[in-house]
Amino acid sequence: MEENRFWKRFRRDRAAIASLGIILLLLAVSLFGNWIAPYPFDMQNTLESLSPPSRAHWMGTDELGRDLFSRLIYGTRVSMSVSLLTALSALIFGTLYGAISGYVGGRTDNLLMRAVDVLYALPDLLLIILITVVIGRGILGVFLALSLVGWITVARLIRGEVLRLKELSYIEAARAMGATHGRILLQHILPNTVGVLIVTLTFRIPSAILAESTLSFIGLGLTPPAASWGTLANEGWKALKFYPHLIIFPSLAIFITMLAFNFLGDGLRDALDPSRAEVPGPIAQTEIKRVGA
Amino acid sequence: MILYFIFRRILWAIPVLWVVATVTFLIMHVVPGGPFDKEKKLPPEIKANVEAKYHLDQPIPRQYLLYMKGLVQGDLGPSYKYLGRTVNDVIGDTLPVSVQLGLLALGFAILFGLIAGMISSATAHSLWDRISMFIATAGISTPNFVLGALLIYLLSHRYRLFPPALWEGISNAVLPSIALGLAPAAYIARLTRSSILETNRQDYVRTARSKGLSEGAILFRHILKNAISPIVTIVGPLTAALVTGSFVVEFIFSIPGMGKFFITAVTNRDYPLIMGVTLVYAVLIVIANLLVDILYTLIDPRVKLQ
Repeated sequence: MEENRFWKRFRRDRAAIASLGIILLLLAVSLFGNWIAPYPFDMQNTLESLSPPSRAHWMGTDELGRDLFSRLIYGTRVSMSVSLLTALSALIFGTLYGAISGYVGGRTDNLLMRAVDVLYALPDLLLIILITVVIGRGILGVFLALSLVGWITVARLIRGEVLRLKELSYIEAARAMGATHGRILLQHILPNTVGVLIVTLTFRIPSAILAESTLSFIGLGLTPPAASWGTLANEGWKALKFYPHLIIFPSLAIFITMLAFNFLGDGLRDALDPSRAEVPGPIAQTEIKRVGA
Repeated sequence: MILYFIFRRILWAIPVLWVVATVTFLIMHVVPGGPFDKEKKLPPEIKANVEAKYHLDQPIPRQYLLYMKGLVQGDLGPSYKYLGRTVNDVIGDTLPVSVQLGLLALGFAILFGLIAGMISSATAHSLWDRISMFIATAGISTPNFVLGALLIYLLSHRYRLFPPALWEGISNAVLPSIALGLAPAAYIARLTRSSILETNRQDYVRTARSKGLSEGAILFRHILKNAISPIVTIVGPLTAALVTGSFVVEFIFSIPGMGKFFITAVTNRDYPLIMGVTLVYAVLIVIANLLVDILYTLIDPRVKLQ
């Protein structure tokens, strides 16, 4: 019954439904990219370098004559998988950390949260850059750095939820019946945070896309031959004045994807918790850190 | 009372900064390879000399003590890359530029965001409101570099209205301030709207309305006072956002600020500069959060400082 009400509310949000469609399309593109792309992503054809969009090359070509449309499809796979995986791993680790901190409480909670506070004193992107200095760049480095930073927000959020839930009387009842702590946490508390978790995941993904593309854009992220939307935008940036098509298409891809995830997150949150419908999601989520990060 | 609070918060900031300094120091020193390995192969004698000059030949605990000793005296050490200059010199030159840019962007964000949010809430659920909230979500979804590139292409290359780079006068500041401030402006707009709408539902607002006060008087005299506190709280996180945004904006507009130097320092593995800039950022954010807490109590006396 609960799901039905959720679905009814969610369906009314046309922006969220459209966004879900776009996201599914992007997932399909990243899964089946090699069948859609008209050319191999690294095929060079210097005779056709820097040509504007045409029928043969829908988005034009770069200075090595590589087809931008094909490269963008390949970049979709990289950008989407990096952001989905980092959002997921940040979610898992953050949930564990936050749940333990909130559930155990007392001195442990204090200590765990102090550690988080220190990390919170630095902006995300700064931390990410510092971590990539140590573990190196490339897909693995960027993935690890993004995951190592992303969990902090999740941990604070889940801790708050757990603190609230563990005072409820059904938990007391479970304890009176002799349930172990692990059982209470896993069976009774965490299932009730699923709504928050889904919304958090949805908002973490655009943050990850933003962080990865920003990092790659300023030249501290993925290194060639790997190409994400951010590295493509960086290549386009160098030719901005005379060949704007090279930056327009990757930028559009980033913009549309982030917009879709933000609208989907808003829609999910409003449908899951209508009482907070007027509160803009990311802020209610202490997610504000991601503005421009 | 308030002085005592500020004093306690500054005391609390010291361990935070100490941890940040220690962690960055450790991070920078577990990295395989020193700053002088990569470039042209130096003859071993010269390399030894250079490393001795920067104490790199000492054991790590000793290097740490030396760094901390300098730090306590406000000395961030020498820069590896800009020979003959200290990190203090570099930061002294670049920090004012970054602060100017940050303040301009913050001002733009607050002004623009508040006005847009107020108009939106006054016309809630109308077409105008929906369009402006769509634009706000779009603003949040636009990375700084996308917006910056778009502004440069349209307003500098196409129509030569503003210079595309450098930091020499007011006309140089327009595009970067917008590129840096638009996403925060969009946040503030969304937050202002929702905060005003929520306050609007309170009983005392209904009372004011039933007394026959004009809508303007209600908004400015009754609603805004209470609706403003959630907006004040995000100034802290906003500072963090402006810091990270400034890396990108200073990079694409070639502004000689701290963010641009930070990126170059990372590419050059100029460890003392990386650590120095990181510490300055941590200090800035600690100060911003402290200011927010103080402002908060001034606006809303119900909040007690603790």
